[in-house]
Amino acid sequence: MAKVAMTVNGKSVSREVEGRTLLVQFLRDDLRLTGTHVGCDTSQCGACVVHVNGEAVKACTMFALEAEGAEVTTIEAMANEDGSLNVVQQAFQDYHGLQCGFCTPGMVMSATSLLKDNPKPTEQEIRDYLEGNICRCTGYHNIIKAIMAASGQDMPSMAAE
Amino acid sequence: MPKDSATGTGIGASTKRREDVRFLTGNGNYTDDINVHGQAYVHFLRSDVAHGRINGIDTSAAEGMPGVVRIFTGKDFEGIGGLPCGWQVTDKHGEVMKEPGHPVLAQGKVRHVGDPVAAVVADSLAEARDAAEAIILDIEELPAAVNMKAALEPDAPKVHDDLSDNLCYDWGFVEENKGAVDEAIKNAAHVTTLELINNRLVANPMEPRVAVADWNRSNDEYTLYTTSQNPHVIRLLMGAFVLGIPEHKLRVVAPDVGGGFGTKIFHYAEEAFCTFAAKACKRPVKWTSTRSEAFMSDAHGRDHVTKIELALDKDNNFTAIRTETLANMGAYLSTFAPSVPTWLHGTLMAGNYKTPNIYVNVKAVFTNTVPVDAYRGAGRPEATYQLERVIDMAARELGVDPIALRRQNFITEFPYATPVAVEYDTGNYPATMDKLEEIADLAGFDARRKESEAKGKLRGLGVNCYIEACGIAPSNLVGQLGARAGLYESATVRVNATGSISVMTGSHSHGQGHETAFPQVVAEMLGIDASMIDIVHGDTARGPMGMGTYGSRSLAVGGSAMVRATEKIINKAKKIAAHLMEASEGDIELKNGQFTVAGTDKSVAWGDVTLAAYVPHNYPLDDIEPGLEETAFYDPSNFTYPSGAYACEVELDPETGKVTVERFSAADDFGNIINPMIVSGQVHGGIAQGIGQALLENCIYDENGQLLSASYMDYAMPRADDVPFYAVDHSCQTPCTHNPLGVKGCGEAGAIGSPPSVINAVIDALQSGGHKVAHLDMPASPSRVWAAMQG
Ligand code: FES
Ligand code: FES
Repeated sequence: MAKVAMTVNGKSVSREVEGRTLLVQFLRDDLRLTGTHVGCDTSQCGACVVHVNGEAVKACTMFALEAEGAEVTTIEAMANEDGSLNVVQQAFQDYHGLQCGFCTPGMVMSATSLLKDNPKPTEQEIRDYLEGNICRCTGYHNIIKAIMAASGQDMPSMAAE
Repeated sequence: MPKDSATGTGIGASTKRREDVRFLTGNGNYTDDINVHGQAYVHFLRSDVAHGRINGIDTSAAEGMPGVVRIFTGKDFEGIGGLPCGWQVTDKHGEVMKEPGHPVLAQGKVRHVGDPVAAVVADSLAEARDAAEAIILDIEELPAAVNMKAALEPDAPKVHDDLSDNLCYDWGFVEENKGAVDEAIKNAAHVTTLELINNRLVANPMEPRVAVADWNRSNDEYTLYTTSQNPHVIRLLMGAFVLGIPEHKLRVVAPDVGGGFGTKIFHYAEEAFCTFAAKACKRPVKWTSTRSEAFMSDAHGRDHVTKIELALDKDNNFTAIRTETLANMGAYLSTFAPSVPTWLHGTLMAGNYKTPNIYVNVKAVFTNTVPVDAYRGAGRPEATYQLERVIDMAARELGVDPIALRRQNFITEFPYATPVAVEYDTGNYPATMDKLEEIADLAGFDARRKESEAKGKLRGLGVNCYIEACGIAPSNLVGQLGARAGLYESATVRVNATGSISVMTGSHSHGQGHETAFPQVVAEMLGIDASMIDIVHGDTARGPMGMGTYGSRSLAVGGSAMVRATEKIINKAKKIAAHLMEASEGDIELKNGQFTVAGTDKSVAWGDVTLAAYVPHNYPLDDIEPGLEETAFYDPSNFTYPSGAYACEVELDPETGKVTVERFSAADDFGNIINPMIVSGQVHGGIAQGIGQALLENCIYDENGQLLSASYMDYAMPRADDVPFYAVDHSCQTPCTHNPLGVKGCGEAGAIGSPPSVINAVIDALQSGGHKVAHLDMPASPSRVWAAMQG
């Protein structure tokens, strides 16, 4: 066991962890931040994406100890300060970009990170960027629309479909 | 109620989903998010061979490892029931199917890679895994039965030593049709014959399965939290047939469930194990599947090998269909496995066409592979694929337009009794085809093909129709067909004193948005705002016995139960209102949440009536009881029959064989629609799974029964860059005639309707490039396409 300290969602935390503890286990099991999900064991699905020092990271590919001193942000800290959905989250709801919701935290974290680097992505750029996020429910259609809408691009409203 | 707008909340409004808020903020409550104080963790040691005799399991070293609570093997489950099968098929000779035992932990033999042999319960998951590594398994590997044809050979290794062979059943449907079908094929002007494989798939909901079980020593009650589409069914199967726990001592909770697609219908060994071990260890026990375990323990889907013959007369009218199918059951019978290649497949072989003579033969085969059961569509995609492929092939052989050939043979009069024992109530197949031609811009295809060809690519167009049977029922009929369950649904509408409502439904939502769509129906009926209504589901302690969600049945069956219960509420509320307004009950009208007396200006509000029901000071106590809570069980009189027409356009790179889907269009008839946004989303997801099956996904075993596609590195899930935007339309609506909402069901349509059009398009592209490829099995991967092009 070794001690690890980091900032998670703006709060300093420190815990004793095993060397083999993954960041995602640390978040889910030690901190009970269960919004970050585990969908695979080969770093393929993206259900576990969080931000580490501002970059999107698959939390299953990193040991908790590697996050020593880092700033970690999870889905639980994405809403606006008053608790309302932020722009990306709201677009996912408005455009029905989620069904079972299991891939959703990872999708929101990835989309946020994409929009930071590329504020007006094309459809193809979004599809390419999401290559590491699998969704089994939506067929991606409404996820792509949600992200385009969140970036301020014109999207016909859902009621028009 | 405003219709077709994002702001309304009644029937027909694209109301935004209320459940989204918790999912988008990380506040969902999935089973793995549940932790019970003091819980231990289980790790299953699974067979790494497909077939073997267990000569010994030495747990002595593992027992002493740190944190180990207890280690279980098959011996601990001797005398305890095995996992039951919920459907008994009777074969063409009138014999019942072979039904081998399915122990919770392997006994005597292991029968597929992933078969659980031992289970280690420990203080932490890491300790359970470490200890499992110290267990010494002495398993003598035996030759495995993997390929279905080979498994039926007389000298094939037997999956179950106590059975005479690997044939589960040999089913003929409809047996009385056989002579006429043979005759019609003999006399046909043209017969098209096609042999094809419906590839084995893994459902892969993104949330892996999880079970958390707790036992209460003070009252001997159990609670199981599990990733299920039908918690009541699990309570019945596991309680009554496996562990002998009476239902009133067992609570099963399926909280937020991260997708199901069929694979979370079934009762699995791991949930029974955790429930058993919670009492045996006197501690809550938790199991969380890894994705690798999911690949080798979740029931797989499809895996049919079929020969289909389509006979036509000289005017190209279909005269007969004859099919022979081998259907893989895997090593054990999963909960509803026997029904999938039979009643969910044979009954759909007429499709959208008036073929007078149809005969279906299915041989179900045991192999040393993971059990196969229902996956999105379940039997209906297999029926649709073979039928729509053979029609396309016939059109090519005859040199006629594939759409015209379909149109010519459409069923146009309803009700229509097919030769395969079902009666379609409504439909309008020409209308969905017309709509498809419009939304897919089929008129513009030639120009798009020229553009592709100018870039050195081939372009193909594929079209198909489909029909689905949803909401399987009535219970007395399915009982005759072998179902060991009823297929009704329940709803309790509990109106509270202040007028808010909880609706307890036996339907389960694992992505379908019931929490939003179901209140839209009740709100419409009562004329109150949907925000006053909450849906409660997924907990056997909170609602009446229910059958759960699968087969696109929730709205058609569960929604109908809710309508019936709400009607009872309205009837009683009108009595109360009549008393409050001193009017006669027959004059009471309910509109916009107000009760009025016809022809007067008297009115009382919804909340006045609900308050009176619970504070019955001024109340007709002589006539009716206080309170406002009603339950209804709804058992449908028939299936519902959604239908549609789909089109796919692919571009094919002749250099690499890579196929990309450029356009995909779906025109569906789902009858009446409650929330169009949710319906479109269901279709989108189904199409992506269908494109996945057609181009990417394939679950492969080698000849020794090793699972080669056991992770997302090897099993190609459709990703965002594998699919286009889809054009979907559900404006063709022929309402179901026999349920109160006129709804048909939409959950599986996309997965049923899409694979044939993708493959039809690939063949069209190949043929446009001069390649004489008549058929290609799914998935049409670059290597297969490229090989086909080389002849
Ligand atoms: S859990 Fe991290 S990528 Fe799947
Ligand atoms: S919403 Fe279910 S996996 Fe994406």
